[in-house]
Amino acid sequence: MTEQATQRGDFVVEIWRGKDSGEFVSYRVPKRASQTILDVVSHVQRRLDPSLSYRFACRVGMCGSCAMTVNGVPRWTCRTHVDRVAKDGHIRIEPLRNLPVIRDLVVDMAPFFDKWQRATGQFIPSDSDNRQAFAQVEPDSRERQEADAGIECIGCAVCYSACDVVAWNSDYLGPAALNRVWTLVNDSRDGGRTEHLAAVAGDAGCHQCHSHQACMTYCPKDLNPTAAIAGLKRATTKSVLRGEL
Amino acid sequence: MNSRTEIWLFIAQRASAFVMAPLVLIHLGTMIYAIQGGLSAQEILARTEGSTLWGAIYGLFVVAVAIHAPIGLRAIVREMTPWSGRTLDVAAILFGATVIVLGVRAVRVLI
Repeated sequence: MTEQATQRGDFVVEIWRGKDSGEFVSYRVPKRASQTILDVVSHVQRRLDPSLSYRFACRVGMCGSCAMTVNGVPRWTCRTHVDRVAKDGHIRIEPLRNLPVIRDLVVDMAPFFDKWQRATGQFIPSDSDNRQAFAQVEPDSRERQEADAGIECIGCAVCYSACDVVAWNSDYLGPAALNRVWTLVNDSRDGGRTEHLAAVAGDAGCHQCHSHQACMTYCPKDLNPTAAIAGLKRATTKSVLRGEL
Repeated sequence: MNSRTEIWLFIAQRASAFVMAPLVLIHLGTMIYAIQGGLSAQEILARTEGSTLWGAIYGLFVVAVAIHAPIGLRAIVREMTPWSGRTLDVAAILFGATVIVLGVRAVRVLI
């Protein structure tokens, strides 16, 4: 422990240990300047209990792998400072909600990304004649601006964890997958508009969204999946009225 | 239920809500007007019956509610209980039909 840490003192963090059944275990961690929640978890794993399981990669808010529930709120832990989220010096760290817990702070992300597949979250090339030519994309067009607004998703599943509709209906595609499809629907190079809209309009699709806006509130990239989902509702409605779906 | 049907249900619910919004305000105004001078059913009917306009307004209200409420209840039941599928769809349709029957019986008195 460094002298700096000793001068600042220690604090106690509670971390979930186990799977569906388990318990919170308390650890005493030294305070440090600009300390993030990921720093805290790493300290516990490296200095206090090597058996603690958690997931991270880039440490700089790009990879989306370190999301956890901190004091009841889903957050990207590498960019979440202890000082900003501690309530009366108290910190409780749990795995993300709405996903199966593998162990401790690690959740199984498969259901989350499976829903991207179900929602046709992959680019569908337009007809082969156009593939040889460079696509002319007007940056100021309304469609491109709509796509750009949602394109920076890092797939951290914070929105999925925050979504009450996912908690109520485990089949619901969720904010991230629907946001992804909205970017594709607005991509002039994508040729699968009808497939995309049909995939997101079923029992578990965009029409199930209640517009609670938890996804928008907690998205670490300040994206607005609620607006994307509202866009999908409008687009599917227009498509049905025009007889395209 | 397929995507197309789900979108039509969404459109039906939004369209019926669009119709109901002004009718609710008219209904509140009617209530304030109708209870002046007594609160019994006979006294209220004395001030509202025999009017084609009131009959048309409440008739439209009944139709809008009969569309809007079953769709909303179906969504709530699917989210809050394990019940879903064809039996729930049929139950929602029956609920809408019940609203229509009871509503039309009530509105007929006004005309």
